[in-house]
Amino acid sequence: MKDVLENIEGQFEMFQVLDENGEVVNKDWMPDLSDDDLKELMRRMVYTRVLDQRSIALNRQGRLGFYAPTAGQEASQLGSHFALEEDDYILPAYRDVPQLIWHGLPLYQAFLFSRGHFHGNQFPEGVNALSPQIIIGAQITQAAGVALGIKKRGKKAVAVTYTGDGGTSQGDFYEGLNFAGAYDAPAIFFVQNNQFAISVPVEMQTNAKTLAQKGVAAGLPSYQVDGMDVLAVYAATKHVRERAVNGDGPALIETVTYRYGPHTMAGDDPTRYRTEDMTSEWEKRDPLVRLRKLLEKKDLWSEDDENKVIDDAKEDIKKAIKKADDYPKQKVTDLIDIMHEELPNNLQEQMEEYKEKESK
Amino acid sequence: MAQKTMIQAITDAMHHELKNDDNVLIFGEDVGQNGGVFRATEGLQDEFGEERVFDTPLAESGIGGLSLGLALQGFRPVPEIQFIGFTYEAMDAINGQIARMRYRSGDSKSAPITIRTPFGGGVHTPELHADSLEGLIAQQPGIRVVIPSTPYDAKGLLISSIRNNDPVFFMEHMKLYRSFRDEVPDEAYTVELDKADVKREGKDVTLIGYGAMVHTALKAAEELEKDNIEAEVIDLRTVSPIDTETIVESVKKTNRVVVLQEAQRQAGVASNVISEIQERAILHLEAPILRVTAPDTVYPFSQAEEVWLPTHKDVIDKVNEVINF
Repeated sequence: MKDVLENIEGQFEMFQVLDENGEVVNKDWMPDLSDDDLKELMRRMVYTRVLDQRSIALNRQGRLGFYAPTAGQEASQLGSHFALEEDDYILPAYRDVPQLIWHGLPLYQAFLFSRGHFHGNQFPEGVNALSPQIIIGAQITQAAGVALGIKKRGKKAVAVTYTGDGGTSQGDFYEGLNFAGAYDAPAIFFVQNNQFAISVPVEMQTNAKTLAQKGVAAGLPSYQVDGMDVLAVYAATKHVRERAVNGDGPALIETVTYRYGPHTMAGDDPTRYRTEDMTSEWEKRDPLVRLRKLLEKKDLWSEDDENKVIDDAKEDIKKAIKKADDYPKQKVTDLIDIMHEELPNNLQEQMEEYKEKESK
Repeated sequence: MAQKTMIQAITDAMHHELKNDDNVLIFGEDVGQNGGVFRATEGLQDEFGEERVFDTPLAESGIGGLSLGLALQGFRPVPEIQFIGFTYEAMDAINGQIARMRYRSGDSKSAPITIRTPFGGGVHTPELHADSLEGLIAQQPGIRVVIPSTPYDAKGLLISSIRNNDPVFFMEHMKLYRSFRDEVPDEAYTVELDKADVKREGKDVTLIGYGAMVHTALKAAEELEKDNIEAEVIDLRTVSPIDTETIVESVKKTNRVVVLQEAQRQAGVASNVISEIQERAILHLEAPILRVTAPDTVYPFSQAEEVWLPTHKDVIDKVNEVINF
C-alpha cells in the first residue's frame, strides 16, 4: 500500500519569474513581452489600483454600492487577463471586476453593476463574459459548459473562471474541474488564494497544503504561482491557455496572493481576523512595486509615466461616475419586462399594476 | 397516426428537435448508449452521435452548470435529471442560475434550457425518487414548470419547451410513462405553453389537477356521472405560470371547485390555484374550494404509498362535500 499524498504535496513549488526586488529569477519562463507590453501591464496595474482606491472612497461617500476591494491582487487579476484573447470567455467571481473592465466592459457599467442597476449587466456585444457571480463556485460548473461549447463550436478560445481560496471548498469547484477534465474542454480554473475567505484563513479551509493539488484529483495539470508576480501569472496563464486551445484540455492555476483591504465595503473589519504585521509583510511583495523596479531598471518607467496613468484613471472615473449618475433610473416595469422573452399572463397583469404605480 | 406511450412520445419529441435544430444537445446520467434509465433517449446517440447526445459525470449541480455554460455558447440544452429527488443537488444551478440568466444579464443573454426529470408516486421506488417537487421550482420567477398528463400533450409540450427561449422544468410522471397509449401524430407539432386544457366538460363541478392527478380526476368524473354529477376536468399542463383564464371560465360555469395535487398539502400549486380563483371569481362560488392532496409528510417508504397517494375516492368525497354544501 502506497500513500502518494506526500509525493504530490512535495511536488508543488511556487512558480516565480520576478522576485521582490524586480530581478528576473527564472529566465526560462521570462515571457516574451515587448517593452510596450510590459509598460501596458504596468499601466493597467496602476490604473486598477487607482480605481480601487477611488471605488472605496466613492463607496464611503455613498456614491457606489456593492464593492469588493482588489488592491494586492492586481498581478493575479491583470496578469492572467493579459494572457487572454478577445474570444476567451470570462466567468468572474464578485472581486473580478478589473478583468471585465480590461475585457471591454465600460467603466460606467461597472459602476452601475455596483449600484444594483441592471444596465451594469447588459454587456456590450463582443464582451465575452458573465457578470460577477455572487454564489461562491456556481460559475465553475458553468465554465465547464462554456468550455465544452467552445470546443463543440471549434473556436480557438478558452473559458476562464475565477474563484478564491474559499471557493475551492465548494462541491461545484470539484464538479466543474471534473466535468471539464472528462470532456477535455478548454477551461482555465483560476484560484486566487488571498489567504482569507472573509475571515476564515486558508489553513482552516482545508487540510490540503496547496490549493493547486486539488486539481490533481480531477486529472488536471495544476500550478501554484506567486500571485504577486505579474510576469509569473502571465506566463502560467499563457502556457495553460495554449495547451487548452491546442486541444490538450483544462488546467488549474492557484495564485498565492493577498487582499490588502476588507472582504467587501459592507462592514467587514479585517482587524478582527488578521494582524497589521501580516498585511505589511504582504505589502513588501507588492506586485506594482516589483514590476516598477524591473521597468525602472530597463528605463521604461518614470514618475511622470506613473502620474500620467493616475491622472488618466482619475479623469476616466470622474467621467464614468457622471455617466452612471445620468443613466435613467431603473424601474420595476423594466425588470418585469426582462423576466421572459415574452410576458406570460401573470406578468402582463403585474406589468399593468406597476405601470400605474410608477406613473404616480 | 400511431398509438404511443408517453415515453415513446417523449423520445419522439427529442428526435424531432435533434433533427430540427443542430443546437439541441441531450445529455445526462446514462442517457447515451444506455438510452436513459427509462429509455427516454433510446437510440438517439446512435442516430445523432456522441457530439449531440452524451453521458455526463454523475453530478447534478455539474449538469446544471454545464447546461447554462452550453446555452451561453448558443446551444439549446435538454439535460435529464435522472430522478426528481436529485434536483435538490442542482437547486442553485436551476433556481439560482438558469432561471435568472435573462434577468441578471438585463435581457442580453438567455437560457433556452429544458430540464427533463421523472417524478411521481406509485411505482415503488426508493426514497427521493417519487416526490412532487414542482413547488420548489414554481416559486422561482424566470422558469416555467410544465407537467404533461397524456402522450399527445407530452410530445407537443416538450417540443414547445425545447423551442422556447426561456428555461423550462419539464416533469414526467413515472406512472404515466407506460400505463396507457394515446393517438400521437408521427410529425412534429406543438402544444401551447401556459395554457390549461379542459380534458372533460361538465357543468356541476370543476376538478383541477396536473400530471397523474388528471387521470384520478377523470376516473372520479366517470363514477360521479353515475350519480348524475357532471364534472369538468381541467389539466393545468403548465403549473407555473398558471392559466387563470381557463380556470375562471370553468368556475363561472360550475360554481364549485375541487383542486387535486399529488404533492403534500402545504405551500403547493393547489393553494395558488385556489387563491387565484377566490381573487377573481369569489362571487361565482357556491361552496368553499376543497383540496385533495397528500398529507404533510415526506413521501412515504413504498409500502405505504398506495394509502398516501390521493385516489379517485378521495375526490368523490370532496365533490360530494362541495355539491352538498
